[in-house]
Amino acid sequence: MESAFGAFWGLIPMLEAPFPHAESAQHPDLASSPALRAPPGRGGAGRGRGGAGAGPPRRVAMLQPQQQAAGSAAMAVAVGRAANDDLRNLSLSGHVGFDSLPDQLVNKSTSQGFCFNILCVGETGIGKSTLMDTLFNTKFESEPATHNEPGVRLKARSYELQESNVRLKLTIVDTVGFGDQINKDDSYKPIVEYIDAQFEAYLQEELKIKRSLFNYHDTRIHACLYFIAPTGHSLKSLDLVTMKKLDSKVNIIPIIAKADTIAKNELHKFKSKIMSELVSNGVQIYQFPTDEETVAEINATMSVHLPFAVVGSTEEVKIGNKMAKARQYPWGVVQVENENHCDFVKLREMLIRVNMEDLREQTHTRHYELYRRCKLEEMGFKDTDPDSKPFSLQETYEAKRNEFLGELQKKEDEMRQMFVMRVKEKEAELKEAEKDLHEKFDHLKRTHQEEKKKVEDKKKELEEELNNFQKKKAAAQLLQSQAQQAGSQQTKKDKDKKNASFT
Amino acid sequence: MSELVPESRQKPVVPMKPVGINANLLGYIGIDTIIEQMRKKTMKTGFDFNIMVVGQSGLGKSTLVNTLFKSQVSRKSSGWNREEKIPKTVEIKAIGHVIEEGGVKMKLTVIDTPGFGDQINNENCWEPIEKYINEQYEKFLKEEVNIARKKRIPDTRVHCCLYFISPTGHSLRPLDLEFMKHLSKVVNIIPVIAKADTMTLEEKTEFKQRVRKELEVNGIEFYPQKEFDEDLEDKTENDKIRQESMPFAVVGSDKEYQVNGKRVLGRKTPWGIIEVENLTHCEFALLRDFVIRTHLQDLKEVTHNIHYETYRAKRLNDNGGLPPMTSETEENHESNL
Repeated sequence: MESAFGAFWGLIPMLEAPFPHAESAQHPDLASSPALRAPPGRGGAGRGRGGAGAGPPRRVAMLQPQQQAAGSAAMAVAVGRAANDDLRNLSLSGHVGFDSLPDQLVNKSTSQGFCFNILCVGETGIGKSTLMDTLFNTKFESEPATHNEPGVRLKARSYELQESNVRLKLTIVDTVGFGDQINKDDSYKPIVEYIDAQFEAYLQEELKIKRSLFNYHDTRIHACLYFIAPTGHSLKSLDLVTMKKLDSKVNIIPIIAKADTIAKNELHKFKSKIMSELVSNGVQIYQFPTDEETVAEINATMSVHLPFAVVGSTEEVKIGNKMAKARQYPWGVVQVENENHCDFVKLREMLIRVNMEDLREQTHTRHYELYRRCKLEEMGFKDTDPDSKPFSLQETYEAKRNEFLGELQKKEDEMRQMFVMRVKEKEAELKEAEKDLHEKFDHLKRTHQEEKKKVEDKKKELEEELNNFQKKKAAAQLLQSQAQQAGSQQTKKDKDKKNASFT
Repeated sequence: MSELVPESRQKPVVPMKPVGINANLLGYIGIDTIIEQMRKKTMKTGFDFNIMVVGQSGLGKSTLVNTLFKSQVSRKSSGWNREEKIPKTVEIKAIGHVIEEGGVKMKLTVIDTPGFGDQINNENCWEPIEKYINEQYEKFLKEEVNIARKKRIPDTRVHCCLYFISPTGHSLRPLDLEFMKHLSKVVNIIPVIAKADTMTLEEKTEFKQRVRKELEVNGIEFYPQKEFDEDLEDKTENDKIRQESMPFAVVGSDKEYQVNGKRVLGRKTPWGIIEVENLTHCEFALLRDFVIRTHLQDLKEVTHNIHYETYRAKRLNDNGGLPPMTSETEENHESNL
């Protein structure tokens, strides 16, 4: 395919305007016009105008070139006034060189690199990772997912591929856990949210004041490969619902996975059943562009085979004397790149080699613009109001902004009030607690004082008693000593008496 | 429960670092066909290019533009009378053409500025030009800000401004410096020495050196601007052009003469024929190659990515982050008040 295109480009001749010698011969009045100094071989249209410089230039000049134009196909002359709106078609009298413009453009893009993002939607185990590996001829490291996912998750991985001088940033987004749950009502939601999030990110970047769109890493999904299970009957309702939700957001390319489980005749019936179901349900899948001659033909022939029935394999089997990607069964070998066996080659052609740029463009000009429009309208912007007088974006923006600011202000005030209230409450609480503490302290102090007093009293009492006791003791001792003395005296006396008596 | 939603809100870019895989080793995929696809698409849509010529009258602007695009693109060829008076103020006249070459269709607009520098008092004569350039940016901004946008916004922004320096042989005039100082920030200026056949080779080199020095001293960044060189390759290439060839000393002519059996564009004088496309005679071929064959796309990109973005940022900042108002609603606004 590529070589065909290359040859095509080589064949395009440079359309240079032939020197219209013939024209000058047809119109001797022009050639002999005295104001003319340009030699034959100039752009005839210009000369016609230049020649009739004086007088009512435009009317006269208009007639002559029109007569000329009939003769030469290379000179398309549309006469216009010297104003901005009207464009004149001119012919070049020599090689200017701006036909290198596409090359300049392409060189710039090549140096920056390209982005391409693919979303694979399909049940677990249907062969999404294998197909990606096969498509891009590499082994993208990944572990197969289990069937126990609680919900649908999107896993995105980026790779940088390089082929000759083209660098491609490829992002593959996988739906993990799709179709595994018992209740699949919300299965499509994470997918839609992811796609919207990428659009949102781009929109945010576009709306920034200081933005850098030219080196923005574009993560918007350019193509969605929808893997249909090869039941052989019809689409599952999950498929229909999901595709319906996605068709206005992304380019959907439906493919039948594991196509080696379907026999040829069943496949044809299956394909037509799927297409008719899609049509009857109003699902808009990606239309391969047919407006440009070079690709129209191939796109038209390929579109007939939609949805592509593919088989993926990264293992190589020896067939004949070559190694080819294939799946080996006891009953035969299914070759991936054999067009009789499956549509893998067609898918690769369509997805990568013919329409990659168109997919990117459609995403940007159709899906993204739609998202942007809906989002901005949602935010309250309109281009025209019901009286079809153009609204200014600024007015609505300003109104919204004021509204928003007012709300913010209100919220702020509310919060402030609440804060103040809380502070007051806390203060009151604390004050009470303080008071309590003070009271307790006082109380304690008092009790302490009382106890102290009691103790003191008791002490006094004790001292008094002690004193008394001491006194008593002293008195008692005195008495005792007195008594003793008296006694001793008495005894002496007694003794004396006794003695006396004895005498 | 979707896991990725909170992640995508913080960082929409994929979480894993890109793994570099060289696909060449593993078999042909076909990624490089995207170049062809892109080329085809751009050929179909065609290109816009808007070039403005500024300089005093009689410096050969119209002739040069005609020579550049090898057809009668100047206003003088579209009904303008040579006897028309020089306008009292600077006028802006834009004329559009569609030219095709090699399957590539280009909508070329030549914007002429008759009256520039021709009055006795030339103060602020660059203002109408600056206003025009900003008006084009404004137009584009308005289209971009619309809710329902056109598929392809018509690009009327000035991509390139050829400024004609009079070949006095001495230095730049104050008017030249003022103009370039003001406008080098909003548009790509390519200074060009007009009517270079009045100078000998030595005079030419000296004059060019002096002009370059003066431009540098005055801080005038003409295209290709130093600050926008992307990589080393660009830098060395552009440095060479900046320091050696620019400003291009050109001679324009739309008449052909026979020289050595070939028909060439030239000017016939009693002392010889000056061949326009001969590199030993003048630098027209360099200018043409530079503007058209190598840097056309770059001119457009610098205008779009840098000058337009600067304008947009300034405009949005001035408006407080709001997109600009249309003039109609401005009137309505006022009438409502």
